[in-house]
Amino acid sequence: MALNQEEPLTLDTFVRGIWKENPVFVTLLGMCPTLAVTNSATNAISMGLATFFVLLCSNVLVSMLRKVIPKQVRIAVYIVLIASFVTVVDYAIQAISLEVYEALGAFIQLIVVNCIILGRAEAYASRQTVVSTAINSIGTGIGFTVALLCLGVVREVLGAGTLFGVQILPGNFQPWVLMLLPPGGFFVLAGWLLLIDFMKQRKERKALEHEGVAAHGR
Amino acid sequence: MSAGSSGDLPTGPAGAEMSVATPAVTVPVVAMIRTMGLVALICGFAVTLAYQWTKPYVEANQRITTARAVSAVLPTAATQKAFVLGADEVKAAAPDSAPEETVYVGYDAAGRIVGVAARGASRGYADLVHVMYAYDPQCACINAMKVVKMNETPGIGDGVTKDPGFLENFAALDVRLNADGSALANRIVTVKHGTKREAWQIDAISGATVTSKAIGRALDQSAQRVVPRVHRHLAELEKGGQ
Amino acid sequence: MAGESLGFIFLNALLINNFVLAMFLGICPFLGVSGKKDTALNMGVATTFVMFVSSMCAYGLNFLLVALGLEFLRLISYIVVIASAVQLVEMFIKKTSPALFRALGIYLPLITTNCAVLGIAVFQTAKGYDIVQSAVYSVGAGAGFTLALMLMAGLREKLMLADVPSVARGAGMTLMLAGLLSLAFMGFAGLGGGGD
Repeated sequence: MALNQEEPLTLDTFVRGIWKENPVFVTLLGMCPTLAVTNSATNAISMGLATFFVLLCSNVLVSMLRKVIPKQVRIAVYIVLIASFVTVVDYAIQAISLEVYEALGAFIQLIVVNCIILGRAEAYASRQTVVSTAINSIGTGIGFTVALLCLGVVREVLGAGTLFGVQILPGNFQPWVLMLLPPGGFFVLAGWLLLIDFMKQRKERKALEHEGVAAHGR
Repeated sequence: MSAGSSGDLPTGPAGAEMSVATPAVTVPVVAMIRTMGLVALICGFAVTLAYQWTKPYVEANQRITTARAVSAVLPTAATQKAFVLGADEVKAAAPDSAPEETVYVGYDAAGRIVGVAARGASRGYADLVHVMYAYDPQCACINAMKVVKMNETPGIGDGVTKDPGFLENFAALDVRLNADGSALANRIVTVKHGTKREAWQIDAISGATVTSKAIGRALDQSAQRVVPRVHRHLAELEKGGQ
Repeated sequence: MAGESLGFIFLNALLINNFVLAMFLGICPFLGVSGKKDTALNMGVATTFVMFVSSMCAYGLNFLLVALGLEFLRLISYIVVIASAVQLVEMFIKKTSPALFRALGIYLPLITTNCAVLGIAVFQTAKGYDIVQSAVYSVGAGAGFTLALMLMAGLREKLMLADVPSVARGAGMTLMLAGLLSLAFMGFAGLGGGGD
């Protein structure tokens, strides 16, 4: 794809961010919040939504200003835009729920250096139309939130027997506390990556088999 | 942006192009300044708006959280009043008073002091453990303690909020003043589980010594400062209920 | 928090609350650059230097912002300072040691998006450290980051000779190793007597 060519808007623009180019599971970006705030499903979804908001707003703004931002200072401009929206989200969360704010802690401010947002701004928003950017950002944001939820749900259910604070495993279940601690985050993410890689390899093998059959099936 | 599965560093376009020499075509400085000015304007506007708009909500949230914590340790109080206890004087707390300096006096329906709630904090396993405790001038003891914020290990350190045996320590923790009223007669100290002999000791949770000790230190450090001052200014605090 | 001793602050950032293995900061370079011990060391040292510079600038900046009552601009100013610090460090390294500059290559600008660097600025402000404490904290955190990177690099170099299942190659294996390292580092808790 030529760098300056604008892509047509297709369903792929949206779905891409959720599965094929899932920021966490495929491109391995935004690892820090993925590991840090997924010790409960509520925190996972809060962080996902906060990042989604910043991603959407900053990328849309970058896309709107893409013809005016000079190349030399574009990174600085993107960063300032992203930082502003993160500050806005920071205050918004404080105003909505002090509990969530304290649970997420410093990681709200660290959304600024979430490589996903800067990466999308540089690779996509600076070249595509506002509408395409918006759709792509929504897709990527959903993909990120889904990834966070995958980890959050597993860690909370195994680590505390609850889901969104509601006890769902029987009372005599001995919670696997490790899941709520840092090592648990690493292990659960590794588990998901292993699973996804396994499924991908199986799909590739099946595709090869079909090709083989098609070639010999004459 | 792609990441090789062999774990190579993602060669983000951001990184790649920041090291590349600037292109030969130079953008007029005026255009650059104009754009950056525009961006700065948008950002400044958004941030300031968000700050001003959310400020009342944030302050309300903080007030509610504090009031809830105080009510938890002073359940019989009908009203609460916040004061800043200086070394020599007492004054009503202002919205911008430092939380560490503020005490909350609870009065019953008749205006009598029920207790004085104060904060304490000390380092536990992971980070600071914050507590709110209630001091009862009548019995010269701490009769309630609530952990307000902590990041301790779930299932181990967080027993300080749940373990009934541990919480019993705070039904009547002795914090009598010494002869000249300048400090506590006996330091609050956390002792090994099962070795509590005195009313000013805290029996640690077996297996969660670090967090238990943090609670003990938090209470000691705060009480050493707060209790003498409460007694020095008791008359004024009592008047506050009228 | 002003009562913490400098030794404790350093030890805390290095081992007890290691920035990578306990606080989850700097994971992206941790996964990406920990393939070889040399690159890991270079990245670690460069990041430590940037952390120190950013920490000092952030301290000064915070002082100014508080004096002017502009705390809500804190995040924006911190990140701009970090981006500038990285540019400056890049130019400095280019001038003084072109070999190092070539070795680090693309990793240097990417330190800007390293959460650990912004994390230092944010945490030292939240903890209310003074300038000496901040300096020790940033160097300790950088050392902890370098330590984690070196440990991982050592492990991964050894594993290159082992028979790793194909599904686990790359990030999967690194994360599992990281989990084990993190578990091991949890043993450092309570070191320093719980600080007092």
